[in-house]
Amino acid sequence: MNQRIKDHPDLAEKFNADEARVNWHDETLWWIRQKRDKAAWLLPEWEQLRETASLIKHNVLSNLSEYLLQFEQKARENGIVVHWAADGDEHNRIVHSILKQHGITQIVKSKSMLTEECHLNHYLADNGVDVVDTDLGERIVQLAKEPPSHIVLPCIHWKKEEIGELFHEHLGTPKGNADPQFLTHAARLSLRKNFLERKVALTGVNFAVAETGEFVVCTNEGNADMGAHLSDVHIACMGIEKLIPQRKHLGVFLRLLTRSATGQPITTYSSHFAKPRKGQEMHIVLVDNGRSAHLGKESFRNALKCIRCGACMNTCPVYRRSGGHSYHNAVAGPIGSILAPNFDMRANADLPFASTLCGSCSNVCPVKIDIHNQLYQWRQVLVKEGFTPRAKTAAMKAMAVTLANPGMYKIAGKMGRIAMRAVPGLVNNKFNPWYNQREMPVPPKESFKEWYQKNRKS
Amino acid sequence: MTRVGLFIPCYVDQFYPQVGIATLQLLEKLGCEVFFPMQQTCCGQPMANSGYEHLGAGCNENFVKDFASFDYIVCPSGSCTLHVKDHLHSARDEHAASQIRSRIYELSEFLTDVLKVEQLEARFPYRVGLHQSCHGQRGLMMSQMTELVAAPFSKPVQLLKLVEGLELVALNRKDECCGFGGTFCVTEEAVSVKMGKDRVADHEQQGVAYIAGADMSCLMHMEGILRRKGSAVKVIHIAEILNSVIDEPAN
Ligand code: SF4
Repeated sequence: MNQRIKDHPDLAEKFNADEARVNWHDETLWWIRQKRDKAAWLLPEWEQLRETASLIKHNVLSNLSEYLLQFEQKARENGIVVHWAADGDEHNRIVHSILKQHGITQIVKSKSMLTEECHLNHYLADNGVDVVDTDLGERIVQLAKEPPSHIVLPCIHWKKEEIGELFHEHLGTPKGNADPQFLTHAARLSLRKNFLERKVALTGVNFAVAETGEFVVCTNEGNADMGAHLSDVHIACMGIEKLIPQRKHLGVFLRLLTRSATGQPITTYSSHFAKPRKGQEMHIVLVDNGRSAHLGKESFRNALKCIRCGACMNTCPVYRRSGGHSYHNAVAGPIGSILAPNFDMRANADLPFASTLCGSCSNVCPVKIDIHNQLYQWRQVLVKEGFTPRAKTAAMKAMAVTLANPGMYKIAGKMGRIAMRAVPGLVNNKFNPWYNQREMPVPPKESFKEWYQKNRKS
Repeated sequence: MTRVGLFIPCYVDQFYPQVGIATLQLLEKLGCEVFFPMQQTCCGQPMANSGYEHLGAGCNENFVKDFASFDYIVCPSGSCTLHVKDHLHSARDEHAASQIRSRIYELSEFLTDVLKVEQLEARFPYRVGLHQSCHGQRGLMMSQMTELVAAPFSKPVQLLKLVEGLELVALNRKDECCGFGGTFCVTEEAVSVKMGKDRVADHEQQGVAYIAGADMSCLMHMEGILRRKGSAVKVIHIAEILNSVIDEPAN
């Protein structure tokens, strides 16, 4: 079996050891899912918006190369320096080279899942650059030396008491104070200092407009704006799929994004960056990192429509009960499970199986990605590629033979039921993962087929 | 007379024959001519959902042989019905396979959409919670889903409303998954059990006597959890309720 040592079931089991925490995690995310429902129901045209967004993204993916070239040209005309990165490494090197040019060793950064995907913080730390994440949740997980566990709510798995402790240790707040307002204020004071001191700000990109060469960054805390406006150099990093054709399309996505993410009608700050202000330098790094290859996989292409709202995670009953870190990938949850195998099938072969295929994710997705169908498709691919435990393959083969053969099926079924009745210990033991926490069904004396034979056939 | 081929999924055949019997009797009561092909086994879903769809050819060919001749194929399981609808193919007779894909119905949708049942002589004087299994609800669209902005409806509820004495409760989470998920229930045991416990707790909080559903597999999972904790709540397939005339359910 070619799998990583700790895979989703093990990590989820660990998370489940503390049931009270699982309940709290589940209820918090469910509450956000319900806020999303209310916000969606306020718009009678909600389903039409989803369809429109999905079609716009379809157009983008079908004409990506042209939109990228258009964007590059317009951005350059606006005075933005455009860089292209084939993979995460190149992206990190580009960012670092800009910092080196300016002799900078400290930067502020606002939330960007792309830089998580490329492990930028690590890379910069190794090269002597200190990065301060300025989104409050990101700052918390950064202080805790953890990756985010959710793409919108990066520290949703942390309780306020734990944050109080963490801040006491790192920011010198009084021990035992877990008042959210107090802690937020403390974080704000410390971040303000960073904003004022640091000359380079790095931000993500939510939408880039091909028509105008501008880009939009959405935050609820205004931290991207604080960083970008106070800095001498603004570096924005984006995956190449973040493009939309025209400015007028923004309305569709901005209406969907935060309603899906948190139930807010619109993000608090949706900031448009079109060109550097006088004296400022603005860079944009366009990153592929597997996206073109992904685009070539027809059954999985739709996943590139994702606008990273996180709704699929909030609704996912598995994510809610296994936590983001069990997905061992920058993007967790349902969308992470269909994106991750594109990067590395071997390392992420467990993720498409971490689902009941309930389909709720596909229904909440504002751009209508057929997430649960892709999970099903990934399973077929992963099995064919051999990333499956050998024992499972053997069992499945035996099952397929038995079930394809009515005579064998009848005998196996009957023997199975007799054995279960006569020797319950055969299945009621610790090697049976069903029996650990559930009773086995009581096998009846006769199957339906046997009953039918007796009662209807003669 | 409507000619119906009855498909009883393998685990229902082996573990819950009473569900097969109730389905058969109910369809006959409603005037169908029901045939049960004796050579049937399994639709192949357990393999397919585990990533082994390619091993399903044997099951598929069987299925096509057994059910090609019927106007309608009816099955008391949403997930098996969905599997056939989405994935049944045949190297020998693809035409027959495609016809079966469009002619297979889950029991309650067959009753509401084809037979258009508007009354029933059924009596079940208990407090009941309905578990809307995901594959039936979201896959076959048997009811409105909480994620979508759309008008409410539910085919199983429509039928349960025809049952005398039945008191249907409202759940906190109307259509949350129970965590069964086929082989998920053993490969992801921790999460599966936690989801099942939460699902069962929602029903218990409403004081139900029975958890009803259109998919015996989800019910089997919840039954395992209920029995392990010694709960008095029982599970029951919707066919058994719709077929019950006396106040003693078949169990
Ligand atoms: S897949 Fe859809 S629901 Fe999930 S984060 Fe992306 S856009 Fe949001």
